[in-house]
Amino acid sequence: MSVTSLLFYVFSAVLLLSALLVITARNPVYASLYLVLAFFNAAALFLLLGAEFLGLILILVYVGAVMVLFLFVVMMLDINLARLQEGFLHYLPLGLAVAILGVLELAAVFWTAPLGHIPAPGAVPADADNTRALGELLYTHYLYPFEIAAVILLIAIIAAIALTLRRRPQSKTQDIGRQLAVKVSERLRLVDLRRPRP
Amino acid sequence: MSVLWTLLGMILTIFLLLGIAGFLVFAERRVLALLQNRWGPNRLGPLGVGQALADALKLLTKADFLPSFADPWLYRLAPLLVAFSALAAFAVIPLSPDISWAGDWQIGLLFILALSSLHVYGVFLGGWASGNKFALYGAIRAVAQLVSYELPMGLSLLAIVLLSGSLSLGGMTSAQSLPYILLQPLGFLIFTIAGIAETERLPFDLPEAESELVAGYHTEYGGMPFGFFFLGEYVSLVLTAMLISLLYLGGWHGPWAPGWLWLLGKSALLIFCFFWLRATLPRPRYDQLLHLGWRWLLPLALVNLMGTALVAAGLRWGWL
Repeated sequence: MSVTSLLFYVFSAVLLLSALLVITARNPVYASLYLVLAFFNAAALFLLLGAEFLGLILILVYVGAVMVLFLFVVMMLDINLARLQEGFLHYLPLGLAVAILGVLELAAVFWTAPLGHIPAPGAVPADADNTRALGELLYTHYLYPFEIAAVILLIAIIAAIALTLRRRPQSKTQDIGRQLAVKVSERLRLVDLRRPRP
Repeated sequence: MSVLWTLLGMILTIFLLLGIAGFLVFAERRVLALLQNRWGPNRLGPLGVGQALADALKLLTKADFLPSFADPWLYRLAPLLVAFSALAAFAVIPLSPDISWAGDWQIGLLFILALSSLHVYGVFLGGWASGNKFALYGAIRAVAQLVSYELPMGLSLLAIVLLSGSLSLGGMTSAQSLPYILLQPLGFLIFTIAGIAETERLPFDLPEAESELVAGYHTEYGGMPFGFFFLGEYVSLVLTAMLISLLYLGGWHGPWAPGWLWLLGKSALLIFCFFWLRATLPRPRYDQLLHLGWRWLLPLALVNLMGTALVAAGLRWGWL
């Protein structure tokens, strides 16, 4: 067994194990950290395949952005997962049905196109730059799907902001510009106390 | 055999970097003292250099303890993550066109960004696993700050990628016939500010603001685990300085001296400027910090990127 295939088995074993631990971990912070570990192993598998751009982008996007925000929320919640899991067995039939369906679909794919029949990729030059290759493909051949995906993401961003944006007029935020622009006449009223009022 | 040599070289590099970080702690104290008109540590050795060694010895010999309320695994893991993410990034930093451990990897820049996202986890876990409210507040602040400043940083880097047409640090430096600070003054400013914020140094050290949060996310740490956080901060300071000098100041380009000397000299100058900034600027309020990131740096970085892209497209198709 070559070093590469040994590494492949190590990474995929850790990947599967951590994916299993994501759903069995009691503590939500631990569960998210196992998911991070799973992402790292998936990235390592990409690197083994020579797709270094995809591997690092996986880490950057999922580990560096998505999971950080996820942990940010989870950390501040005091979730008792054990209580959430009380009704766990309730969903067992549904879960089993989905799992069996998934296995059947995969089996169907492998049945119709056995792995041996997929043509091996042609020889790749040693200095192949798959970042450039991916970019050229995305911006020429797949330009429309790419741009449509971008627009959908933009809509999702705007929708998320619109849903969560709320103005709080009674909040006492300090506005330095307004503070500095204050005039004496707005804040100070001079009262003459020497003379009694009629 | 070559694997063994590479391994040995990497271990040496790590010790060298840790030594530099230890020295910088001392150098910073002396520079701050100079700027604030006091003496600083000047007792041990010539000019007080021995202070760095004494500090290291103190950290190494202190008790290695585990608070009873801490999460034992993550508490131990966090400082290692911080130190690792800072040290590993040096694998792709080229000292001169042909000196680099990863041999000028095609996507070295992405590697550094990925490691900086690992750094966030170290800080976050340090705060969360300590089981202390100040540490938790520090971690919350750190995560929000790091995530906010990663965006303008990445966007200002994209403009450079666009100019040089490369994602490798070597390629980006070699492409600079004149330093990118002249072509990208705005990008340089944004990257420098974001870089200081990413290393959590004053004026952006709110995650560990001692007047409010004791010591922030490393409140519960002592001895060498604290030392790892500390060294991680200084190693990433060196990393930021080297990145700025590679990407914006022309890296190893320069007359009369070997390239690596130019690179190190530029980085040392930048590190001195960081010390200077620390001595000069007060710490902003936390909401002001986030406003600066989201309301100023992010739009400016977007404008910078769009402008660069327009000019590059114009030059390519002959509109300009």
